[in-house]
Amino acid sequence: MRFERREHRPLYLLIVAPVLAVIAALALSGILIAIAGAPVLDAYWRILTGAFGSRLSATETLTRATPLMLTGLAAAVAFRARLWNIGAEGQFYLGAIAVAAASAKVLGDLPAPILIPLLLLVGAIAGMVLILIPLWLRLRFSVDEVVTSLLMNFVALLFVSMLIDGVLKDPLAFGWPQSQSISDHAMLPKLIARSRLHIGLVIAVALAVIVHLMQSRTVFGLQSRAAGLNPSGAVFAGVPLGKTLMKVACLSGGLAGLAGAIEVMGVKGYVTTDLSPGFGYAGIVVAMLANLNPLGVVLAAIFTATMFVGADGMSRGLGIPTYIADVTVALSLLTMLIALFFTQYRIRR
Amino acid sequence: MTVPVLEIQGVSKRFGTNLANDDISITLAKGEIVALLGENGAGKTTLMSVLFGHYMPDAGRILIDGMELPQGKPRAAIRAGVGMVHQHFSLASNLTVLENVMTGTEKLWSWRSGTSAARKKLLAISERFGLKVDPDARLGDLSVGEQQRVEILKALYNDARILILDEPTAVLTNIEAEKLFTTLKEMARQGLSLIFISHKLDEVMTAADRIIVLRSGKVVAERRASETSKAELAELMVGRRVTRPVREPSAPGTVALEAADITVKINGVERLKSISFRLREGEILGIIGVSGNGQAALAHLLSGTLSRTSGTLLLFGEPIGNLGVADVVSADIGRIPEDRNEEGVIGEMAIWENAVLERISSPAFSRSGLVNRKAGIAFAKEIIGQFDVRGGSPASRARLLSGGNMQKLILGRNLHQRPRILIAAQPARGLDEGAVAAVHARLLEARRQGTAILLISEDLDEVIALADRIQAIVGGRLSPPVEAEVAEARRLGLMMAGEWHEAWKADHAI
Repeated sequence: MRFERREHRPLYLLIVAPVLAVIAALALSGILIAIAGAPVLDAYWRILTGAFGSRLSATETLTRATPLMLTGLAAAVAFRARLWNIGAEGQFYLGAIAVAAASAKVLGDLPAPILIPLLLLVGAIAGMVLILIPLWLRLRFSVDEVVTSLLMNFVALLFVSMLIDGVLKDPLAFGWPQSQSISDHAMLPKLIARSRLHIGLVIAVALAVIVHLMQSRTVFGLQSRAAGLNPSGAVFAGVPLGKTLMKVACLSGGLAGLAGAIEVMGVKGYVTTDLSPGFGYAGIVVAMLANLNPLGVVLAAIFTATMFVGADGMSRGLGIPTYIADVTVALSLLTMLIALFFTQYRIRR
Repeated sequence: MTVPVLEIQGVSKRFGTNLANDDISITLAKGEIVALLGENGAGKTTLMSVLFGHYMPDAGRILIDGMELPQGKPRAAIRAGVGMVHQHFSLASNLTVLENVMTGTEKLWSWRSGTSAARKKLLAISERFGLKVDPDARLGDLSVGEQQRVEILKALYNDARILILDEPTAVLTNIEAEKLFTTLKEMARQGLSLIFISHKLDEVMTAADRIIVLRSGKVVAERRASETSKAELAELMVGRRVTRPVREPSAPGTVALEAADITVKINGVERLKSISFRLREGEILGIIGVSGNGQAALAHLLSGTLSRTSGTLLLFGEPIGNLGVADVVSADIGRIPEDRNEEGVIGEMAIWENAVLERISSPAFSRSGLVNRKAGIAFAKEIIGQFDVRGGSPASRARLLSGGNMQKLILGRNLHQRPRILIAAQPARGLDEGAVAAVHARLLEARRQGTAILLISEDLDEVIALADRIQAIVGGRLSPPVEAEVAEARRLGLMMAGEWHEAWKADHAI
């Protein structure tokens, strides 16, 4: 038996493969659920109803999916150009704290139609600034950005921690380390009344479409893809490597910073150090699940959010740990990688 | 007669359709230095890899002191006393000299390391052959010449009696090379037997007792160094009858590209040393030479991916500064890169994207940052039709194309718009004969249409078939040009070996 590269990637495979991968992942984690002593199908049914069974749970799942879409996009655009930005978590926090600071200290009195776009921009710029440090180290000294961007996460988190225990500390929070709340009119409008779902979802989906068009239809998209796939070929074709990476990095960091800004302005209204349950890292998984396709990121983010939100319901009903959601998402990443392999290769005897 | 130390009998080795070694037989006596001389791809390195057990031969056997060596086992070769000094050293730069020499000699499961005994042995060997190095120096801190000494010491430490050196002087300066040969002669005097691989006429004449010339996998001649000359060796090495296909005479026009005294330094190393050439419209100027002599730097310089350190470049008589890729492309200079897969195409991108990538910013293919897909696909279709690219549509990935079709795509995107100048680096390398013929026909057609073509190639047949004038590149220097009409094997061989004075003397002798 050996593997042979497929000459053509049929379209149906690109659609069928991810579906099969998810089914395989669910089947595999079903074994674990069975070992834990619960009926497997019932458990999955509870996950599904827990995530989409009611108006409340459905909006909650989509609220959870929103930042994942943005961090997923951040990872996808960077990875496409072989820029390994592992720092979305830190960029998320820096975007969030920048919004809190700008609202509390500088811009808070502006009217909402000006304030909201301005704050979103501030968040995105904060994310860009953070990624420029690892990028500069890479371009100037060839330092591996995997390590530096990852370590910047801790720097960013400690920096946020310092601010919310210091200059940005909310005096009304009974001593909890929490930033001052942003002004009420800086909050993003709700998408559905009496739920937490806000227009951040629309922004995230729109950005996915825009990123998709940018990658497939613009000179920058073409050049960044070339730079990622074959740097020396790109240089020979005249692609300015440094400049292209710089733009890609700004886009990636900007999206992650925007995720933080939107989470603050859409859901919480203030920043704590547990604002993100790992959105930045989960974004990497989401991007890989989507095979770095921006439109796929939207679906992958919803899938991941479904597992996490639904697992709570399953856990309450059947007494199985919610960790099963982590396991399922991790397994689906593995099965997805295998499925993607088979979209490129076939088995020959 | 005594039994030779080493006897290679009828070794053949085939890679796919390429017969790298064809029934080669060689003997080596005690205390003798033999040079294996040949062009790139003559089969020298393959033969030595068979001897050392890296490759299994398809036929033939190897005897050491009359005993047959088991095939494909480097360990057995080492035990029998064969030592190999690779062109690219197999040493660890973060270990000390002593540690490097000991690596692989100690038992894996021994709990202690015989460092002091090893140090004594190493010092004794370096004393005996005059190979001085500090055993405790970190390898990474040593010069290339010293590192090579360590590699030799490592072989001797393993009690090698037969030492094989693969292009030992390729990485050395002249002084280091001289020193090396003094050492080698001393080693031979003390009873070691040596084979060194080379394509440099000078050094085989001065260092070897006997010279074996390989060509296309066969032993074509064997000469004692005292009974031959550089000129004879050059002719034997290049060998083929110089036959030029009948072509219409060139009608060279004005000088399209002129280089004067151009030097290129990369990381402080001079890759091109004050080279000069003139390239005229409607002619093909062939640059021949053994690989690694500055061809890559020359191609990159003219392709816009490398800047010159000094010298002048004139484009149609106008002095120009350092060019970027965009400048080169918009100056109507076509470029065929040396490595199709590395530089020529981006395999995972569509054929149409590969066709337009280098001119994506031109208004024909994009407007205000938006790619004009339709125009790109139409352009790719035209190339596919005109240049007979088979095996893919504009939307399929370039990787799916065979080497020949990939090269046709690259040729097409360059020649489609009738460039004024074409820089072609190894344009037919690795292609099958049909594709080679297609590529050559396209180049000749472009020449007829007035394109000035610089053909950089290691394939002598190709240069002889296509070029109007020929210059050789050796160690970053360019020889003066010769008219292709008067080039014959002996002179081309001498030119490629850097013996330009000899080459011109040969001219006067005729």
